[in-house]
Amino acid sequence: MRITSAALDRRGFLRVIGLGGAALAAGPLLSACGTEGTDNAAGAPGAGSAQDATTVNWSNWPLYLDTAEDDASVHPTLQAFEQQTGLSVAYTEDINSNDEFFGKIAPQLEAGRSTGRDLIVLTDWMAGRMIQLGYVQELDTSNIPNASNLQPAYQDVPFDPGRRYSLPWQSGMTGIAYNPEELGREITRVDDLFQPDLRGRITMLSEMRDTMGLILLSMGKTPEDHSQSDYEAAIAKLQEIVDEGYVRQFTGNEYAADLAAGNIGAAFAWSGDVVQLQADDPALQLVLPAEGAILWSDNLMVPAGAANKEGAEQLINHYYDPEVAAQVAAWVNYVTPVAGAREAALETAPDVANNPLIFPTPEILANLHGFKALTEEEEREYQDLFQAVIGA
Amino acid sequence: MTAALTGHAGPATDATDEEPPRPRRWYTPYLLLLPGLAWLAVFFLVPMVALASMSLQTGSLGQGYRLTWEWANYSEALSTFGAQFGRSFLYAGAATLLCLLIGYPLAYAIAFKAGRWRNLLLILVIAPFFTSFLIRTLAWKIILSDDGWVVDTLRAVALLDDGGRLLATPAAVILGLTYNFLPFMVLPLYASLEKMDERLLEAAADLYANAFTAFRKVTWRLSLPGVVAGTLLTFIPAAGDYVNVQFLGTPNSAMVGTVIQSRFLTVLDYPTAAALSFALMVSVLVIVLVYVRRVGARDLL
Repeated sequence: MRITSAALDRRGFLRVIGLGGAALAAGPLLSACGTEGTDNAAGAPGAGSAQDATTVNWSNWPLYLDTAEDDASVHPTLQAFEQQTGLSVAYTEDINSNDEFFGKIAPQLEAGRSTGRDLIVLTDWMAGRMIQLGYVQELDTSNIPNASNLQPAYQDVPFDPGRRYSLPWQSGMTGIAYNPEELGREITRVDDLFQPDLRGRITMLSEMRDTMGLILLSMGKTPEDHSQSDYEAAIAKLQEIVDEGYVRQFTGNEYAADLAAGNIGAAFAWSGDVVQLQADDPALQLVLPAEGAILWSDNLMVPAGAANKEGAEQLINHYYDPEVAAQVAAWVNYVTPVAGAREAALETAPDVANNPLIFPTPEILANLHGFKALTEEEEREYQDLFQAVIGA
Repeated sequence: MTAALTGHAGPATDATDEEPPRPRRWYTPYLLLLPGLAWLAVFFLVPMVALASMSLQTGSLGQGYRLTWEWANYSEALSTFGAQFGRSFLYAGAATLLCLLIGYPLAYAIAFKAGRWRNLLLILVIAPFFTSFLIRTLAWKIILSDDGWVVDTLRAVALLDDGGRLLATPAAVILGLTYNFLPFMVLPLYASLEKMDERLLEAAADLYANAFTAFRKVTWRLSLPGVVAGTLLTFIPAAGDYVNVQFLGTPNSAMVGTVIQSRFLTVLDYPTAAALSFALMVSVLVIVLVYVRRVGARDLL
């Protein structure tokens, strides 16, 4: 997902800080130290057991689903699903990073064994890799009539044309977060960042597609359709920016703490994080650069060997009901891909419905871009160049 | 080792039990060693061979990897990431030195001067481990932040110029490493100092050694095993660390751990990652062997 190299994912981070829950950080810590014990212990729900048609094993990112106010282990929308269908759902929050999770399930999938999961959630490019490798199953749309509620902007994505294998769970935008009052000037484009007052006070994302997407856009290229030489030119531009000392760090979601502490003046940032940071600092803004910003999604998929594919599809159908999607959106603060959710939210949570970072207007959506699908070879070349610039 | 052997040999001959001593079979020690050896084989030897083999393979995740004895993986990895390699040893070395400078007086004070506070002080040394490594490293971001009092103070005394900062500099990385690995230095030092017979110092004084000479010739010498153990426990993990760089460093201060991590998880270039890991392991081993020989504490290994 959008965590970069190390151990912490963006959602995890903010909320760990917010909840003061050090426990959540213990998992990533262990993997950072090279032991993977706890992750795996918690992480193979029902492997061997519970593999029947009455249970759906769903793996998701931490804190990515609504919870009851008094009990974080109760998910109201999930309970409603269980009551409606009689299925029970084993919900596990064991995805902390795309790379790490892929590393965990790839050996089973490669060997043709079941992962013990019926539904997983991975970011676009990783979803693309799973599809390319044949690790996920084609969805049966007759079980998911609500899939017609998918917003048009998400329908034809480069990594899964026609959405045959995946449906987005939540989305987010990548733009520039900054505090106009403190900076004392306005930022409308990426190139506005590179002024002396921000030298050494900018962070960018170590997620290649976010940072390079914004840089490509700033050069008048489109991330979903650019040539190798465009990319190399963008890398050269980024290298120059780094060499001139503008970029303090390439981060996962640690930028949030640095922004709050005033260590940095501007950051490439994700919309969901900014919504949460705004609760403490209303002056903070997310600017979507005039030349265009990035739209990404985390996608629901059924892995190969899933024991209850039909149940998983019913579950997807449930969450594509606009009312249910609105409930989830009000809690997680990311962009929902389900049409009609905004109308549903207008009644229940008008401030959420009117927040353009959660429900972007059609004009905003029209100026958002995805990143083109890369073959494995391209992926390595792109990452090679990018990792060299960010110093890894 | 010798003590253990003689200890074993003793009771067989002069057993006071009524029962006659059972004859020893030559393979008994090997049987007893078996669980340990199996452990070593499964969790050390096999992964090690797998790593070495991966470092000589070519291929990709989609097409699979084949062992082609691609020694070029090593030369490529080392020529591309030589800077990060050098930096790792530089930062780890600096952090180890700082740990020794801070840790020795601390261990000395706990061992000889703490009196009834000794246990409390020892607990305080270990206490940080009760919170996560990650949280402790992140806390340094707050302490060293650009508007924090540390930076303000350094600016006030002109050690930093007005636009200067501590975060996202190599200094912050070395500081983070020093902080995180300090207990690994203090504890072995304490263990070896605590065993020392203080009467030796009195004897040195009786022989007209001043305090400094007594320290140099008696205390320091006797604490050498602790120094060696502490420096190894600090240096080895510090050289492979990537968390401190991630949070406290800049794009230009990446260490070899950062590269291995990104090669392995992000670029999915397993052979290069494996070659780097293996090269790191071997070079650390060489450094350790040379170091231990030089200090003359070979019996430690």
